[in-house]
Amino acid sequence: MDLFFSLALQILYGIANLALISLGLAIVFGMMRVINLAHGEFLMLGGYTVVVATNNGVNIWFAMLILAPLVVGIIGLIVERCLIQWLYGRMIDTLLATWGLSLLFIGIITSVFGASTSTVISPPLGAVTIGDYTSSGYELFLIFVVIVLLILVYLTLKFTSLGLVARATMQNADMAACLGISTSRIYMVTFSLGAAVSGLAGGLLAPITGVLPNIGVIYIAKAFITVISGGSAILAGTTSASVLLGGVNGIMSYVTGPTFGEVALLFTAIILLRLMPTGITGRFFRKSQ
Amino acid sequence: MRLYGTFSGTLVVAGLAIIFTLLAPSIFEFFTIITLTQVIGLSILALSLALVWGFGGILCFGQSAFFGIGAYAYSVAAVNIGGSTGAIFIAILAAAIFAAILGYFVFYGKVSDVYLAVITLTVSLILYSLMRRTSGPEYKIGKALLGGFNGTGSPPLNVPGNGSAMLFPMQTFYVSMAVLITAYVFTGWLVTTKFGRVCVSIRENDVRTELLGYDTRLYKLGLFSISAGIAGLGGVFFCVGVTRVTPDVFSLGQSALAIIWVIVGGRMTLIGPILATFVLYFLTSSLGSQQVFNANLVLGIILVIFVLLVPNGVVPTIAGWFERRRTKRYIRQKERRMKLRKHRATG
Repeated sequence: MDLFFSLALQILYGIANLALISLGLAIVFGMMRVINLAHGEFLMLGGYTVVVATNNGVNIWFAMLILAPLVVGIIGLIVERCLIQWLYGRMIDTLLATWGLSLLFIGIITSVFGASTSTVISPPLGAVTIGDYTSSGYELFLIFVVIVLLILVYLTLKFTSLGLVARATMQNADMAACLGISTSRIYMVTFSLGAAVSGLAGGLLAPITGVLPNIGVIYIAKAFITVISGGSAILAGTTSASVLLGGVNGIMSYVTGPTFGEVALLFTAIILLRLMPTGITGRFFRKSQ
Repeated sequence: MRLYGTFSGTLVVAGLAIIFTLLAPSIFEFFTIITLTQVIGLSILALSLALVWGFGGILCFGQSAFFGIGAYAYSVAAVNIGGSTGAIFIAILAAAIFAAILGYFVFYGKVSDVYLAVITLTVSLILYSLMRRTSGPEYKIGKALLGGFNGTGSPPLNVPGNGSAMLFPMQTFYVSMAVLITAYVFTGWLVTTKFGRVCVSIRENDVRTELLGYDTRLYKLGLFSISAGIAGLGGVFFCVGVTRVTPDVFSLGQSALAIIWVIVGGRMTLIGPILATFVLYFLTSSLGSQQVFNANLVLGIILVIFVLLVPNGVVPTIAGWFERRRTKRYIRQKERRMKLRKHRATG
């Protein structure tokens, strides 16, 4: 029983981790049909923000929960104004331009901080025991944060005027513009919010993974695959794809080892896209967000 | 005579390339010649991506998967056979067959655009994680150890039929240049055939081509497999140039580079990506040795600038200037003739 609980917790953490790294990308993709390949670097920048801030004596909780999303959100704002806004509607070009951006960020961070980890920060929470097994308290905290984050996104989309306007723009940008909504401003806000969520995710994961200039590459493939498999609905898509892919990964990792867990995840994504070329939410739950 | 975008243009470029090959030993140092062999392998990869993306409209993010399969297949086959000639053909076939299976899966499922890009990228990442785990004596094919993270050694080319007569670096350079030129002329010819033209029309409008009675799935599958075979051939010469093949050929970075070369050179041409490969390779390697600028930083800036400002790439842009100048000249001549005629008519 204890083994079962511990395993379930491990799988749940895998799912939460996947949802956390892909949520920012899903917001941007779902709202704006923009695939941001610099997403991994937004996570990386969030991680660096936390490391630099804690090294300068800032409280780690403040750095992770406030500073990282703030800094990366501002970077996202600059990126949107300088680059993305010229490329709306050109999906492939956006993809390539953001790829260039990701290389640029890796280059800048490598030049500034060097190619290796600057400081390792330890997770601020201790271990939790379940019967004979111990589990990391920080992982439990992350699961909690992901749930809160998903609820927050849902509430924002459903019950605020920003959410209403954003959903209108998502459904039909021209019609929204006719009704007097500045769609350009909505895109700007959405993109920087997506970036802020990515920054938060990067900051939260920094104590577990450490920070490296090219750590984004590890995230981007998984996030990209999760978002595309999920389809265009932000919440339903991310959640369903994370549950499916994270679940497969967790179970296969337990049965055979980490490599085949990863391979199983990617393989499931391929099969899924062959069966449902528009993602899970392109086929099911079409009316969800 | 109009050269740009025609088969005679392709032949003229091929002729220039032959002259370059013959002059190269007297221009470059010996070490550069050795490096050139791997760059030629990479430029064949760029050529294959230009074919499938520029002419077929299929954005394949995992072109390096076929490149890597070619490199691994060559290395394993050459060690087992004890000669390189058969191994090269095995490499091309392995890459093409793998692409045919994957392509069947993708094109007959009507997967398109970004989703196709993601699937090809995913396949390349699967191969990356799998090959990294193959260290240890139990992972071997015949006599060749796969070697995990460190990769496996690639035997040099040899004289056909005589496995012990290895080619010298200079001869390897000539052979790889000859292969590059052949591949270039072949693709240049392919896009002028009926098959190539149907592929271009699929790029322009998939549905309309289908309504005209062409099985677009089959054409896409064919183009995808041919381009994968060419990528596999590139992999062969890359690993011969490096003398080893590591799982890094499947990495995200390798796919990114191929796409950058094609974008910079111009995705609607075949020579552009090849030239871009050579120029950018030597640019990044000289930057890498200077340590002034980070290579990633420079590549990133190049990619962003090209997507924003020169989305067609260098070669079509320059060709466009010439085209416009010629059109202007033509108009000017015509105007002069008209004026003359008017002059005569009025007396």
